[in-house]
Amino acid sequence: MIRTPLRPLARILKAREKGENPDAIEAENVRLRREDVRDRSRLRAEGRLLVMGAAFAIAYGAIGVRMGALAGSAPEEPQAASIGSPIIGQRADITDRNGRILATNLETHSLYAHPRDMVDPTRAARELAVIFPELDADDLIKDFTGSRKFVWIRRQLSPEQMQAVHDIGSPGLVFGPREMRLYPNGAIASHILGGASYGREGVASAEVIGVAGIERKFDDYLRDPANEGAPLELSIDLTIQAAAEEVLAGGMSIMNAKGAASVLMDLHTGEIISMASLPDFDPNDRPQVLLTGDQSDSPLFNRAVQGVYELGSTFKIFAVAQSMELGLINPDTLINTRGPLQWGKFRIRDFHDYGPQLSATDVIVKSSNIGTARIAMEIGAERQQSFLRELGFMEATPVELQEAPSGAPLLPRNWSELSTMTISYGHGLSSSPLHLAAAYSSILNGGTRVYPTLLKRETPQNGPRIIRSEISARSRSMLRQVVERGTASFGEVAGYEVGGKTGSADKPKENGGGYYKDKVIATFASVFPANDPKYVLIVTFDEPSENSGARPRRTAGWTAVPVAAEMIRRVAPLLGLRPQVDTQEPIGVTLTSN
Amino acid sequence: MRSILFVLAGLAVMALAFWSYQENYKTRDTLSEVRSLHAQIGANHERLGMLRAEWAYLNRPDRLSDLAELNFERLGLLPLMPDAFGRVDQIIYPIPDILPIIVPIEVDSAPVPAGEDSL
Repeated sequence: MIRTPLRPLARILKAREKGENPDAIEAENVRLRREDVRDRSRLRAEGRLLVMGAAFAIAYGAIGVRMGALAGSAPEEPQAASIGSPIIGQRADITDRNGRILATNLETHSLYAHPRDMVDPTRAARELAVIFPELDADDLIKDFTGSRKFVWIRRQLSPEQMQAVHDIGSPGLVFGPREMRLYPNGAIASHILGGASYGREGVASAEVIGVAGIERKFDDYLRDPANEGAPLELSIDLTIQAAAEEVLAGGMSIMNAKGAASVLMDLHTGEIISMASLPDFDPNDRPQVLLTGDQSDSPLFNRAVQGVYELGSTFKIFAVAQSMELGLINPDTLINTRGPLQWGKFRIRDFHDYGPQLSATDVIVKSSNIGTARIAMEIGAERQQSFLRELGFMEATPVELQEAPSGAPLLPRNWSELSTMTISYGHGLSSSPLHLAAAYSSILNGGTRVYPTLLKRETPQNGPRIIRSEISARSRSMLRQVVERGTASFGEVAGYEVGGKTGSADKPKENGGGYYKDKVIATFASVFPANDPKYVLIVTFDEPSENSGARPRRTAGWTAVPVAAEMIRRVAPLLGLRPQVDTQEPIGVTLTSN
Repeated sequence: MRSILFVLAGLAVMALAFWSYQENYKTRDTLSEVRSLHAQIGANHERLGMLRAEWAYLNRPDRLSDLAELNFERLGLLPLMPDAFGRVDQIIYPIPDILPIIVPIEVDSAPVPAGEDSL
């Protein structure tokens, strides 16, 4: 840029010639220069203001647009990472020990209505009533034409029903997704599984909650997403459970019994392989709880766990085993069985008169009440109590079922000497078949305590020791002889060396005052194979009566034992037990050496 | 010199902005892909659950025993009983396969024409 001089010589000289003041020229030039500077700086400042203004306008404009966009859009959580595993169902499956499904979930739909969206509510109501016979058309019309905005119609739909509702074509009928609990095997293992129902319900989903059995007990576990959908593995074997239930149901109808229960238990691990209670129910359509009357008449009642009965002579082996453990007797000790045994007003009798004395083994084999009572008197009340406590007869079983605490045993209020005597042969103390299974397992597995469990486990329990292993072996041999030559002769199953003890206890009258003469609880507690014990099986019938003879036979030897034998015949091969057939000794071969 | 630096810095900012936008959009694309894959996995899982439930329902012991009874004539299935167990020595050794025939065998009894060698 060319700077104009403040006093250009040519104009100064010209002004001097004309006699003008040359300073005026300089002043004029200074003015012009100042104006020029002013104009330029003004322009720059204006430009800057413009830029600033534009920047602010853009910034606030952007914020404003963003705010508008946020306000106008649906709220959404910002997502910086992918979500976790999408494959976890709402509730984990329950499987048997081999992974076969006992309970699973199924996608289905619920149906609800928005009556305000309906074009022709009356027609929709009529057509719905045709599809669902349990709905009443008049009630639906009242609901749809009234002031209600929302009406639940069905909780679950089958795909066919859903299509039929779809075909009505009413815009006011809406489907919501639903998960339902499915028990594909129907009534099999129903008492163990319990059942499920809906908790909090919404349009978009509903909570599935367990209402009984293992579904209720493990409700939190099954719904815990931290398990990543891992199924709950039970100790139950579905095939064996089905076979056991089939045999038990057959036995129950032949023996004309009111109810029946069976427990098959691995006596080393405490796993319950099958546990049945009849009558049973379908957990897919769980019946209502009885509001009046005796709960034990309901099919929901689990006789194996909740049913506490006086289990009769099956208890005798506990007194004899304890007495042997204490060194008071051995299997050959002779016991005085002269009867009746008088205690105050009370008399203890035997089913038959067994003569003046029997060996301890024969007390078990012939099931002598008097003999057992005498053995128990020597043991005494305190030692008997602590032994039965060790076997688990003083509290409810710890099995993983919601109903388990309600199966607490009934104990005598005052454990007198008479109680000691009667309890030794199974009267005066009521316990569940599961208690008996656990106690037999503890006595016969070598003498260590077993806690019953419904969860699969691989290893033996190795609980605290109750009796020495040689006493356990002697007890097994006694039980084997009961089947070989005693009251349970129908229990012989070729190749499986069944040992066991029968028990037939008269049922106590509900309102007190003695016992029924013609109603018994018949129980057979068995172990097989007796030489290498693996499983304990308890079979109990409620009020059985075998009517093929001249007089009805109610004792366990005629009712529970044959059914238990049939059950062992069916389930032992399924358990992988090969029958032990006596192999012939090689003849004429003598091993010699010299 | 300084203005070159300014220009370079400006260019660098633009380049970085471009790159970060690219990355942002790539991430969004990936996330939406993951979402759709998850939805697919979820749907497949649902299907799998349905198939498993159906399998369990069709294989329920009641139905299988009914079917075994219905088809008894054809299949002869009975419940597993203790006599079903055998011993290893009751099973015969496998019969060896017949060795392949390498040398052609005369199957035709017609006379061999004169002038040709027979084997």
